[in-house]
Amino acid sequence: MAEANTQLHRLDGSLIWSGFKALIPISFFVTFFGIAFGLTAKQAGLSDTLVVSMSALVFSGYAQFALIDLWGPSIPLLPMILTALAINARHFLMGATLYPWLRHHTPAKQYGVMTVASDANWALSLNAFNRGQPGLGILLGGGIAIWVFWTLGTWLGVHFGNAIASPRLLGLDMVMGCFLLAMVMSGQRDRSALIIWTTAAASSLLAYRYMPANSHVIIGTITGGVAGMFTGRTTDD
Amino acid sequence: MIETSGTGTIYIVAIMVIITLATRWGGVYFMSVTPINYRVRQFIQAMSASVLVALIAPMAITGDHGARIALLATAVIIFLTQKPLPAITAGIVAAALTRQFVY
Repeated sequence: MAEANTQLHRLDGSLIWSGFKALIPISFFVTFFGIAFGLTAKQAGLSDTLVVSMSALVFSGYAQFALIDLWGPSIPLLPMILTALAINARHFLMGATLYPWLRHHTPAKQYGVMTVASDANWALSLNAFNRGQPGLGILLGGGIAIWVFWTLGTWLGVHFGNAIASPRLLGLDMVMGCFLLAMVMSGQRDRSALIIWTTAAASSLLAYRYMPANSHVIIGTITGGVAGMFTGRTTDD
Repeated sequence: MIETSGTGTIYIVAIMVIITLATRWGGVYFMSVTPINYRVRQFIQAMSASVLVALIAPMAITGDHGARIALLATAVIIFLTQKPLPAITAGIVAAALTRQFVY
């Protein structure tokens, strides 16, 4: 058993390739999410090059959508930074949860692999480890697959999105909302999760109504997080 | 405030890149220095769901009927099946149908 465990962290070409293939079905959907982003960003007035390079370099769908939400002739810097930090804070947990296996590698490899960490490949990678299978190939190979299809989808949305006469009539403006909701509800679902969601939703709505513009995301996030400190439990206990 | 034209856009993308990389690398770095304690883990975990809820909630309140029915359809399907892809598809189809036929 100890023998087997020491092998779990391994990472080679064939593991990366099978990780890449394992994430192809999900990447198909990521492409659509990318198309929706390309389309939304272009409609908000961003240039083609800017939109595609943003997807390729930032590689964080929710944060990019939230950024477009703030987009105007100018962008308020503090809400932009705080929102991006709040949305991306979950990456922090991803690195922390995978650390037991990552730590066997050189720092260059650890940070290199984490560069493509996102929700789907992280979740599948952690699943693999919990089943006693090597997971870092899924993290890296799968992350590369998601990155490729996310960037490709964005490019498609920018260049061919205008072929869709009315994205709203096709429900395409709801891709992000439905995606986020599905992500929330496919995670932990119990009484403490319900308390956290309710707290976050209520405080976000109150802030949206009564507080300065763009503060609702931060306020909802922090109150939900604090609620979690009293009611929450972590999944890896 | 940052201008969204010329070099301003380069700063915006650069800031976003730095923030996402800092969060992607931060967890590993932090763990290599000191283990994250239980309360902090609880806070981050609750926070990562809360940020999504905080983004969605105003959509449900300020959106049209199509938006609300889309979110409702997604919630129902994910609750019943636990599968994200059918749930998201159902939400988008529901929004499209509502907007095509109801008004």
